[in-house]
Amino acid sequence: MEKLINDFSFGLFFWQMILFVLLLLLLKKFAWGPILNALNTREEGIKNALDAAENAKLEMQNLQADNQKLLQEARAERETMIKEAREIKEKMISDAKGEAQVEADKLIANAQAAIESEKKAAIVEIKNQVANLSIEIAEKVVKNELADKDKQLKLVESMLNDATLN
Amino acid sequence: MQSNYLVKLLTVVLLVFAVNVRAQNEVNEEHEGTPEEVSLKEKIKESIHHHILDSHDFTFFSDSKTGKHYGFPLPVILWDNEDGLQMFSSSKFHHGEEVAENNGNYYTLFHNKIYKTDAEGTINLDEHHHPKNEKPLDFSITKSVLMMLITGLLMFWVFAGMAKSFKKGPIVTGAGRFFEPIILYVRDEIAIPNIGETKYKKYMPYLLTIFFFIWFLNLFGLTPLGVNVTGNIAVTFGLAIITFIITQFSGNANYWKHIFWMPGVPVPMKIILAPIELLGVIIKPFALMIRLYANIMAGHIVLMSLIGLIFVFQNWIGSSLTFVLSFAISMIELLVALLQAYIFTMLSALYFGFAVEDHGPEDDH
Repeated sequence: MEKLINDFSFGLFFWQMILFVLLLLLLKKFAWGPILNALNTREEGIKNALDAAENAKLEMQNLQADNQKLLQEARAERETMIKEAREIKEKMISDAKGEAQVEADKLIANAQAAIESEKKAAIVEIKNQVANLSIEIAEKVVKNELADKDKQLKLVESMLNDATLN
Repeated sequence: MQSNYLVKLLTVVLLVFAVNVRAQNEVNEEHEGTPEEVSLKEKIKESIHHHILDSHDFTFFSDSKTGKHYGFPLPVILWDNEDGLQMFSSSKFHHGEEVAENNGNYYTLFHNKIYKTDAEGTINLDEHHHPKNEKPLDFSITKSVLMMLITGLLMFWVFAGMAKSFKKGPIVTGAGRFFEPIILYVRDEIAIPNIGETKYKKYMPYLLTIFFFIWFLNLFGLTPLGVNVTGNIAVTFGLAIITFIITQFSGNANYWKHIFWMPGVPVPMKIILAPIELLGVIIKPFALMIRLYANIMAGHIVLMSLIGLIFVFQNWIGSSLTFVLSFAISMIELLVALLQAYIFTMLSALYFGFAVEDHGPEDDH
């Protein structure tokens, strides 16, 4: 301890303090300040860049997911649209078919009714015609028959002959 | 493959070294019996002692035979109670061999300290072998001061350059590439865990400065320049006192409460704990000071003793082995240089962390 105190040089201590404090202040202003700032800025820059890259990656992923979703939605929509269209088509066809059937049935029914009535009318007509014709023919025949008096007499005579036979 | 190469390298080193020691041996044999050679151990001891102390001139090496010193003098600045400011070159001392005269005042060096004396350079010693002469206040630019100045300039050059390089873009160029991870380490592993995410920023300049200051000075201490700045109690005291001052000034109410009136313990315990905690406040920076000083000082002494042993052994096996040993210790010292800087910074951050720590009202310890 005594040796330590003996070795202690006040002058050296004095210069050391002056030099060290001066060095500290100078380095603080001209070296450590700018260096630490630069290091901090650089680290922050790197951190920001990494964050930005990470964000960009996430965004990309989101975008891709969105795209995928959109694509799937579009596909689903297309499918439903196609399905709907098909259904509509089928429905339209079946509807048309039904309507046509009904219409056709109706037409056929009408036609049949018309045919029936025509037929009846025709039959009535034919009956009338036939009656008329029969009457005319009968008339003509009767007229003809009755015009020949000898023959009539003969006939009556033959019939009377037959009747006597009976 | 690797170990093969190492063995070869080691053999070459040992062979070269053995030749050197042989030559040294021959030189020594010529002077066998002279009193100079008998006191080789004394000389080594003296050399180590001289090395670990601060010095008023910068000597790279000395030639003991011709008595010549190779280096350069440094300015001596004294505050004499009677005659005020005295400034002269340390070359006047002639490495402590002569009395320096300045404006009619005489000064001499005694164990690397300047004492006021007369023209003959008499030193009056008391019974404890301490000089009784007047000691002027010594503000000299010593070797340590010069090394701190150089380290400061080097740090400013390196780190201001790094800051400038950061202005051009986010990627640093040059030496900054090496220092950037260390700065980040100090921030992420020392400051933030100990002080806390929200408050660490204020302390970063101090922590960085102290880390690199101690590390650089420790490394300079390992160069053959032979400077021992961080192994000097005045320097470590200065560093510790700054940590101490910053800690006390950042202390919040919670910090002082834990010192003077420890919450969550009975009143008699509070009274007992207060002086202990108060003592702890002073012991913490004291431990910082002693730890750094003792580690670096011990490292220098061990290393220099091992190098001295090379010359004591005077045979090629012993000297070579001590060479290998001193090489290994040098490697360890390189690690210690970094470790001590780390520990000092780490503990400073820890003390700042204690001072600014917030406890919620529900936290009762």
